[in-house]
Amino acid sequence: MMPYSSLSDIQSRLNSGKSTAVEVAQLYLDRIAAYNDELNAFVHIDAADVLAQAQASDAHRAEHGARALEGLPIAIKDIFCTSNGPTRCCSNILDDFHAPYDAHVISQLKAAGAVLVGKTNMDEFAMGSSTETSAFGVCRNPWDTDRIPGGSSGGSAAAVAAALTPAALGTDTGGSIRQPAALTGITGLKPTYGRVSRRGIIAFASSLDQAGPMTRNVKDAAMITAVIAGHDAGDATSVSDAPAIDWLAACDAQDMKGLKIGKPSEYFVDGMDAEVRESVEAALKQCQDLGAEIIDISLPHTKYAVAAYYVIAPSEASANLSRYDSVRFGHRCDDPEDLLDMYTRSRDEGFGAEVKRRILTGAFTLSSGYYDAYYLKAQKVRTLIQQDFIQAFEQVDVIATPTSPIPAFKLGEKTDDPLTMYLSDIFTIAVNLAGLPGLSQPCGFANNLPVGLQWIGPAWREDTILSAAAAYEHATDWSTKTPAGFNGNGDAS
Amino acid sequence: MDIDVKKVAMLSRIRLTDDEAAELGPQLASIIGYIEQLSEVDTDGVEPTAHPHDAAMPLRANVVSNSNRRDALQASSPKLESGLYVVPKVIE
Repeated sequence: MMPYSSLSDIQSRLNSGKSTAVEVAQLYLDRIAAYNDELNAFVHIDAADVLAQAQASDAHRAEHGARALEGLPIAIKDIFCTSNGPTRCCSNILDDFHAPYDAHVISQLKAAGAVLVGKTNMDEFAMGSSTETSAFGVCRNPWDTDRIPGGSSGGSAAAVAAALTPAALGTDTGGSIRQPAALTGITGLKPTYGRVSRRGIIAFASSLDQAGPMTRNVKDAAMITAVIAGHDAGDATSVSDAPAIDWLAACDAQDMKGLKIGKPSEYFVDGMDAEVRESVEAALKQCQDLGAEIIDISLPHTKYAVAAYYVIAPSEASANLSRYDSVRFGHRCDDPEDLLDMYTRSRDEGFGAEVKRRILTGAFTLSSGYYDAYYLKAQKVRTLIQQDFIQAFEQVDVIATPTSPIPAFKLGEKTDDPLTMYLSDIFTIAVNLAGLPGLSQPCGFANNLPVGLQWIGPAWREDTILSAAAAYEHATDWSTKTPAGFNGNGDAS
Repeated sequence: MDIDVKKVAMLSRIRLTDDEAAELGPQLASIIGYIEQLSEVDTDGVEPTAHPHDAAMPLRANVVSNSNRRDALQASSPKLESGLYVVPKVIE
């Protein structure tokens, strides 16, 4: 079997008896052993546990038949609580944390027969766009190991891009699935807010966080989302009456006849990389050839999305991260003098610089005297950003944009100036503020680095963006390009 | 914007060394300076959005759904005695 196989390819091999789940698991464990030192994509691997899961899957198949993801390896971002192995959120404050239960989506993957391959690297508490703030060290991009893989789900992205796993789970608060997917040449889906349960996912910004798949192609993303989506009574923001979708059928689309694609002028601007822009413009031309109509639209409040996000997300983070008090779990400093000393010193030692910056930003914007000017104002701007999208979707079925204004940048290039780093999420953040589904798929190369095309749909219409992305993927071969340094075809042309 | 970093850090229960405070001060000022542009937006009569969808929070039946897992839930605590969390003395 080739390592650069899709989940559906592997599923066919398993169904036809050409491979066993144990053989598949061993293939990826071997690749992890060979390449992880170079990439630092995984931060925790227990090979014996992976093989035991694969054996149990083969036994289940023999005895009861195959479940939806039977024997398929899926890597897990270190933000998901798993009852086996450590859960660290790549932070020193969780240096000895073992979750007492599985996140809801992890239970669903297990119940569907998936083999969980290990925990992947990420920015500490998912706060970052480059996977450089991890307590486990930086993760590297398989297309150029001097460059970042994007973030915060950079470990999941690098692992899929270098075929250390065929698929992975990520989370997306301001672009953390879509931006790393774009920068490593894979597909990533952020479902509609409320579609997937957040229970057992370590919280960053609760009104923005959403889990989703990172895969080799569009259908694989649909296969995983079909399993993890659905109401969970244990998460009050998981929506119970979300419209049902036929996830797999949505991926059968081969053309775009009659599809109205909105092209927002605010996402094609000066300052973005010229080759990125060219690739995305060429992709839209191709969509036209496939029968779509391209309609120029405006999302006028786009320019305020990053500012609103950097009030709302840090505010929610400062509240969420108050639970790290070193009492019930987490790092505690040595010999605290009193309670206050214990809190302040444990949190100083446990949190990294970026997490401290965000907690302090949030504490400031929520503090007495500033709440109305910052937090309440940002929530009102959030309403206007959401209304921009609602109005646009009266005119078009789906919106297409670049996922990131630039391809993968060099390690260390943006770590000195937090604000420059924040601006790299300029095209993904509005989608989280509005709670909409978004998907990134490969659509070309800029300076031999992958470029992502982002599809944005109306709430609950993941089927629309999956169909558009599937038709584009069917007509092009960008999703088949794989990095040469990791036995891929290396075809960055 | 002049931000009292030490005060905000105390609100956040994070100790900052003088060096950390000296580095974070200008960074926070730069971030807040960027955020200031929100004041340009006319939001008169606009309702704030706290949650992306207008969904009502569903109620579930108030029934016991899990067993007593005290040992498992306390296993990650930095300091325990007889099933109780131990912290420094609060009242002299």
